[in-house]
Amino acid sequence: MANKLISQMGLPKSITNIFAARNIITAKDALSLTEFELMELLDVGLAEIMSAVAQISEIACPAYQTALSLLEQRIQNEYLAGHLPTRLKGLDEALCGGIPFGVLTELVGPAGIGKTQFCLKLSLLASLPANYGGLDGRVIYIDAESKFSSRRMIEIGVNSFPEIFHMEGMAQEMAGRILVLRPTSLSEFTESLQQIKVSLLQQKVKLVVIDSMAALVSGEYEQGLPRQHSLGWHISFIKSLAEFSRIPIVVTNQVRSQGRDEASQYSFQVQSGDDTVEDPTRFDSHVVAALGIHWAHAVTVRLVLETKSGHLGHKMCCIKADDYQRLSRPILSCVEKSKTFQFPFSACLLGYCSAVTKLPIIKIIRLYLYFH
Amino acid sequence: MEMSRLPVSASQRAKLISAGYTSLSSLSSVSPFDLARDLKISDNEAHEILKVASHSSRLGSSDGSHAIVHGAQTAWDMLHEEELLARITTSCADLDNILGGGINCKEVTEIGGVPGIGKTQLGIQLAVNVQIPVNYGGLGGKAIYIDTEGSFMVERALQVAKACLEDILEYNGSVRKKFQVCEVKMQPEDFLENMFYFRICSYSEQIAVINYLEKFISENKDVKAVIIDSVTFHFRQDFEDMALRTRLLSGMALKLMKLAKKFSLAVVILNQVTTKYSEGSFHLNLALGDSWSHACTNRVILYWNGNERYAYIDKSPSLRSASAPVFCDRERDPEFSFKLVNESK
Repeated sequence: MANKLISQMGLPKSITNIFAARNIITAKDALSLTEFELMELLDVGLAEIMSAVAQISEIACPAYQTALSLLEQRIQNEYLAGHLPTRLKGLDEALCGGIPFGVLTELVGPAGIGKTQFCLKLSLLASLPANYGGLDGRVIYIDAESKFSSRRMIEIGVNSFPEIFHMEGMAQEMAGRILVLRPTSLSEFTESLQQIKVSLLQQKVKLVVIDSMAALVSGEYEQGLPRQHSLGWHISFIKSLAEFSRIPIVVTNQVRSQGRDEASQYSFQVQSGDDTVEDPTRFDSHVVAALGIHWAHAVTVRLVLETKSGHLGHKMCCIKADDYQRLSRPILSCVEKSKTFQFPFSACLLGYCSAVTKLPIIKIIRLYLYFH
Repeated sequence: MEMSRLPVSASQRAKLISAGYTSLSSLSSVSPFDLARDLKISDNEAHEILKVASHSSRLGSSDGSHAIVHGAQTAWDMLHEEELLARITTSCADLDNILGGGINCKEVTEIGGVPGIGKTQLGIQLAVNVQIPVNYGGLGGKAIYIDTEGSFMVERALQVAKACLEDILEYNGSVRKKFQVCEVKMQPEDFLENMFYFRICSYSEQIAVINYLEKFISENKDVKAVIIDSVTFHFRQDFEDMALRTRLLSGMALKLMKLAKKFSLAVVILNQVTTKYSEGSFHLNLALGDSWSHACTNRVILYWNGNERYAYIDKSPSLRSASAPVFCDRERDPEFSFKLVNESK
């Protein structure tokens, strides 16, 4: 909208010409200057500038929707009102139906917790035919850590959806819908993002997975500052990608240990000497999500995977929906403390759900390692 | 006052100065016809210049020599007006308390905090709460939600609306026994219908929408809250000219303040945080820099204290600096209700 031409906005002829003569062509050019700067530059009176800017603004401003029409539109046009169900009951409930379309969902967790496994499962879910509850589309899987394993994916498929994967040729069909890209550097990744943008609409892509974002960035930049800047572009690009094609984008992120001099408090907290306990976003008390606060602001939903000692002293995986947890209950005051959902996450995820309900989870992980 | 500060076009200013009108006072006693003759411009144009000049000089001479200045209000009147002023409840008693009853109309309030602290949630909550009917202590207004990040969740808005309606009905139930108040005929969907949602994809669109708001609101008079979620996002990406950024932001802040005053509505700006190096260590701070921090009337910071969410009034002309736990549950679950912590700065 901001690139609309001023010459086509129906401003008075005289003032349109003045704008053109000063090389102010688009609405963006005009709005990047204050009214007084414009007056100086165009040599026109304040009243004219004001009315011109008002008109340019009105035309450049995107149209509004009421929240109701937004909701109706979603329900009407999109599968499950715009959600990809994960088939993890607790998580789906908390997410109002599943991974939401049109926004960025981030999976954060330590190495080996099952982020990639979760991504593989989601890819399968998105590629399943609609009558089996899938999105019946292609998946673009950007595998920056070279962890994608087709064998493992089909294995998950066979275990979770035996009725489909035992059909003749279906495994091939499903796996054929998942396109894997393996960028080795940030610039390659940037290129593939731009290619994806074109193919998203033509190819019926229903899910984009980026595994992982941190691997790409931390390999490239060691200093803090340039990383922030280079990511700025990627953040807005990925977000707009999700938004304009209305598909879910799932990004994984690593954890790293927290630097000693890292800021986690406001100066007033330090001054007042609040007995501030450690930040809950620092799960495991020593590690934080990589990529910093700027990135974290951009993510719409953050799912934190962490291990907790469950009963019998075995490890359980739990998913903490950082942003969404509060959605699980309609409450008046907007936010409640984020609680943690606990469920044997790997069991359901890896497709052994019915067989192993009573088994300690640790065995399943071993099982998986054996197959891998 | 210098001629250079007069808001007229450059060529007119040049003509004025070359004709010997170097200060505003030199314009005070000249007639439009003389001016037109001196500058070799049309009578109309001269008239315009004099109008602008007399307006500017009135603004310039605020040295107290006039007892009654046009457009001024006595402090007494303002106090009276403030008492009548409606506030939008945040649905959290403690937060309302430290805010002096809720988010003020006619003021610009900035709310900032780390990712996941609940800025968007608070924004949605306010967009719903502003619609509570007047009979139930609300404003009965409409809301504009400007979403720059794409984080507005319509399902969430529906949930909040439902909960809010439940609360109204509950209140209705308890009051009806005494007063026979008529049944509320509101549906959660009505709340959504009265929420105007703008999705903004670039900083120039953000400026455009704020310029356009004045017209939009004068057509939809019952808008009582404008929520910008967040002001930061587009201004944080690829901006090289920081001076330009500051100019644009302060222009925007002025327009928002004007809107708040003119239509007596509440403007709520959500802001992200960044790290800032000061006094030998890194601290969290709200984004967009120091000059932006002057732009809003009130500034509230949401932060984690252990596993609890707290709000801190960082800046306000009328409220004392205080912090309080926020987001207590509606059911007053012991786990979620906290006691108020006051501290004097």
